[in-house]
Amino acid sequence: MKTSEPILSLRNVRKYFGGVKAVDGVSFDVYPNRITGLIGANGAGKTTTFNLITGFYKPDEGDILYKGERINGLSLHQTFHKGLCRTFQISRELKLMTVLENLMLVPPDQSGENLLKTWFMPGVVRREEIKNRDKALSILESVGLLHLKDEFAGNLSGGQKRLLELGRTMMAGAEMILFDEPGAGVNPTERKTLAARIRSLVDNQNITVLLIGHEMELVMDICNPIIVMDWGKKLAEGTPDEVANNPEVLEVYLGGSKK
Amino acid sequence: MGLLNFFISFAVMATIYSIFVLGLNVQWGYTGLLNFGIAGFFAVGAYTSALFTMHMPTGALANYVTQAFGLGMPFLVGVIAAAIASGLVSILVGALTLRLGEGYLAIATLGIAESIRIFFNNESWLANGPQGLVGLPQPLHNLVSPQYYSYVYLVIVLIFLAVIYIAVEKGIRSPWGRVLRAIREDEIMANADGKNVVFFKMQSLVVGAMIMGIGGALYAHYSAAIQPGVFEALFGTFIIWTMLTLGGTGNNKGGILGAWIVWAIWSWSTYLIAKVVPASFATRAPFIRYVLIGVLLIVIIVRFPKGIMGEERQVSKF
Repeated sequence: MKTSEPILSLRNVRKYFGGVKAVDGVSFDVYPNRITGLIGANGAGKTTTFNLITGFYKPDEGDILYKGERINGLSLHQTFHKGLCRTFQISRELKLMTVLENLMLVPPDQSGENLLKTWFMPGVVRREEIKNRDKALSILESVGLLHLKDEFAGNLSGGQKRLLELGRTMMAGAEMILFDEPGAGVNPTERKTLAARIRSLVDNQNITVLLIGHEMELVMDICNPIIVMDWGKKLAEGTPDEVANNPEVLEVYLGGSKK
Repeated sequence: MGLLNFFISFAVMATIYSIFVLGLNVQWGYTGLLNFGIAGFFAVGAYTSALFTMHMPTGALANYVTQAFGLGMPFLVGVIAAAIASGLVSILVGALTLRLGEGYLAIATLGIAESIRIFFNNESWLANGPQGLVGLPQPLHNLVSPQYYSYVYLVIVLIFLAVIYIAVEKGIRSPWGRVLRAIREDEIMANADGKNVVFFKMQSLVVGAMIMGIGGALYAHYSAAIQPGVFEALFGTFIIWTMLTLGGTGNNKGGILGAWIVWAIWSWSTYLIAKVVPASFATRAPFIRYVLIGVLLIVIIVRFPKGIMGEERQVSKF
């Protein structure tokens, strides 16, 4: 199964908040061109793990390696430039900006982000803007939001916000996308479409995905392998079948006595 | 003729205030930085240009006036120096305060502006303390007789306003402005989209402060006399907030409109209030205006939060 080098590796990563051991010595590898699932009960440490990988938090201990390079200590915008793009558990969008602007913001290193270039090199800025607008429009078309391009992002429905979020990850030109519960607040039909779109990102654009999921069908459907976390530790790791039949995992998910 | 002269000097001040409003709009309207310290940048700009363009006092005057230096440079050099000095001060302010959340930033900038004013007041060696500096040079003053000088100066300030307006619009409607607006909407999201939030906030603060510094210089050369009392928070900060809020936060045209309307209310209100209130209160009329500005700001925020114009739906246009 492990045919290539991992793209992302966590080595004994710890993060404590006071006495709370949010992430307590977690190690795992993520291999390229796969959808790796990260599941676990509420408070298991999944989102904290995402925050540690993307530089939103700094680990107290341990190492995070991205393509062999240690990335812990970088900040959120720096990990983005390394090729990691993340989404948020509760969708965030730039409310008083249009859907189109939300996407056109994303491409890194735009010349027009330099104020002096907007004054003295307008031609270069304009050419890039046209290129980015075309790209944003084609992404909006592919996720089915083209008719809402001039709408304020804050006015979208929950499901549409998830599609905008997906569009944003496509706009980033990232090599690896970390989805934090992409299916939350989305109805089952839309969720199936969303799953298919994430699948196609991996199949058609050589993107690697690490996905936190609560909806078991979505995770079991598209993720392989799956990593299970519990109380800040890695509980199990394997194919969907292995995980689904692991007695410890069943205990966490189906109840049982826990400290 | 008297009325026209009155209108021209009104227009000069309204134009200078429009420039301050554009600076605030960059910081607050587009980036969401609560800068309650406009008066500080106003003061730095005004004093810098004064010290760069005036000569050191000579003869008997030297017994009464102390100033750190007087370079006797041309007006334009003074204005540029004002922009640079104000920008440098804002880097210092930003380094101290930009990591603070909205409300704290407001308190910190308010305090810093007041400190700057008190500094100019107490440190007499720098710019003559409470008496301030009198007799700033006025550009092109030989062109017409002194009573018509406002006409010349109006053209000068309108040119400054036009250049600043175009420069700000160009920046805001480009990806630069898009990053600022993204920070205003959601800092964490802008950060997750790979933007260095602190760096862009600093740019916004500095650009806004440089514009305010230019406004300060233009004010100083127009009034030809400055003293620390001018740079109190009401006249130097909150009236500008009222202008932007009334005209439309996040809209440069709206902000300019707001500046003219509020300055009109301000200019005519002393006259009107003096007519309305009993004679024994007439000397207090100026203070009633303070209340007026405060009430106006509250009414706008509560009833018309978007102001007259508000932000356009699609700002990015390049």
